[in-house]
Amino acid sequence: MGMLPLLRHAASRLLQALGLVLAVVVLNFVLVHAAPGDPVETIAGASGGMSPELMAQLRTQYGLDKSLPVQLAVYLGKVAQGDLGYSYFFNLPVTQMIGERLPATLLLVLSSVLLAFFAGTALGVLSSRKPNGWLSQFITVLSLVGFAAPVFWLGIMLVILLASVFPILPVAGMRSIDSTGAGGFADMLDVAQHLVLPTLTLSLVYLAQYSRLARSSMLDVLGSDFIRTARAKGLADRVVLYKHALRNALLPVVTVLGLQFGNVLAGAILVETVFNWPGLGRLAFESVLRRDYPTILGVLLFSSIVVVVMNQLTDLCYRFIDPRIKAS
Amino acid sequence: MSKVIAMPPVASASQPAARPPVRVEHPGMEALRMFLRNPAAIAGMAMLLIVLAVAIAGPWVYPADPFEIKAAPLTPPFSEDAWLGSDYLGRDVLTALIYGGRATLLVGAVAALLSVLIGITLGAFAGYYGGKIDAALMKLTEFFQVLPALLFAMVVVTLFSPTLVTVTLAIGIVSWTGTARLTRAEFMKYRGLEFVRAERAIGAGDARIIWKVILPNALPPLVVSATLAIGAAILFEAGLSFLGLGDPNQMSWGLMIGSSRQYVLSCWWAVAFPGAAIFITVLAVSLIGDGLNDALNPKLRER
Repeated sequence: MGMLPLLRHAASRLLQALGLVLAVVVLNFVLVHAAPGDPVETIAGASGGMSPELMAQLRTQYGLDKSLPVQLAVYLGKVAQGDLGYSYFFNLPVTQMIGERLPATLLLVLSSVLLAFFAGTALGVLSSRKPNGWLSQFITVLSLVGFAAPVFWLGIMLVILLASVFPILPVAGMRSIDSTGAGGFADMLDVAQHLVLPTLTLSLVYLAQYSRLARSSMLDVLGSDFIRTARAKGLADRVVLYKHALRNALLPVVTVLGLQFGNVLAGAILVETVFNWPGLGRLAFESVLRRDYPTILGVLLFSSIVVVVMNQLTDLCYRFIDPRIKAS
Repeated sequence: MSKVIAMPPVASASQPAARPPVRVEHPGMEALRMFLRNPAAIAGMAMLLIVLAVAIAGPWVYPADPFEIKAAPLTPPFSEDAWLGSDYLGRDVLTALIYGGRATLLVGAVAALLSVLIGITLGAFAGYYGGKIDAALMKLTEFFQVLPALLFAMVVVTLFSPTLVTVTLAIGIVSWTGTARLTRAEFMKYRGLEFVRAERAIGAGDARIIWKVILPNALPPLVVSATLAIGAAILFEAGLSFLGLGDPNQMSWGLMIGSSRQYVLSCWWAVAFPGAAIFITVLAVSLIGDGLNDALNPKLRER
């Protein structure tokens, strides 16, 4: 494959991605303006009453007295400069608040996704060697539970179990109360202990999906001609399974992993709420309760951008794993 | 020509005895028979019927106010005042469980219906017309896939007031993309086939071909996906209510879990039972979905 088609492909994907992000920004704007009441009324309500003069002054200050297209243009300009406005509640820039909460969410989401991916693939591959063995039955049950049980309920059940029956792990927050917070091995250990339960909870749903997907995809690949050829030419079982089959069987798992990133973020909202994990999801939940529109819209926009980026990365990964796919 | 007529008649005696006419079973009957032979699907059906019976008949047989304080706060389960215990305010968990099922199931079913209707309509148009219409509708689908569904629904419900209607609309609007993609793929598969072309040749219009000719053929996988959509919508509703974004005046299973969240360590029952109810309902729906999948798409039956 030449370099040029790849570059052209990358450029067109980038344009599409920008288009999607732009659409989310416009949707944000439309939603806020379609909702009953304007932001100033919300602020007035939140601060417990306001004189009409002050409200008029605020409207001028926020540009709400201008026509809608002008407001949209101003809003787009601000977003393009990375300005997502100020939180009504904390009066801090929304970008700063997102930045403060982002590391906790990244830690939770990445550890959950990695756990689900590796454990799920391992389970799927092992069970594909015996399509009707006990491991396969286990995966069937696991996938049913993973689909049907509300993730926040599983989390709460774990909290109850570990707080009152086996009190060995912390069940809330990201650090102990006496933690000094800043770095060091003791702090990392503390955070790691706090991470165990939220990660287990969030990864369970995806572990169930990935193991089922990896299993059926392995079974598909193992039944194909090139595997029979590999076996016929006398390759060791291990080489056939892990080098030939796994690489092909991973394709659907990687695709689902990438495309589901938005769902994982949504799951993080629920899990962070259950475990008081100080991340973006909890920020979204708290801002909803406070009717803090700029913050929740900022989180929505930011998450959408993350999803767009993840989709592009999935596309790249796909190309990397499967050289048959060419830029088209 | 005369030779043909002169051909000797086939000796009927040499033929094996006349076979009984081959009975071709209607595919729907075959699917039904397969579904009924699947123990997991039957178990799911039974579970769902019980849940539905309790949710529909319960409040009628047992009139009560689920918000009313009926026992001492934090009464443990299996006590006389409250069979399944009471929450931190003293509200009866069993009453709330019976009444909460209505809102949860209603929102789940209507939202799933809405998402399936949107998904089938957009997917059918995209797959049938192709070209620019397809491109535009797929852009729209991609856009909704990029929006984190739960977060978007949270925004919609917050901006407009949290009522059963807005919650249902929000769930329906964010969850149709999967059905749309599936429908589109099915329509693309069928639109060039001979029986569809024959229908067009005898003058059928686009609307007739879409709804009366292709859709019935594309229905089996869509039925399965619609069943699973109900389960997903119930979970979605529960998640929103848990976050405090359900209708506060309607008892629901998610609301029960959400309102007792701070008190789980002193009353596990107020959270465990509604969660188990959601789990059983969604499990029942997905067992039925799996059974339908096996019965309607026999080619995929191996796994």
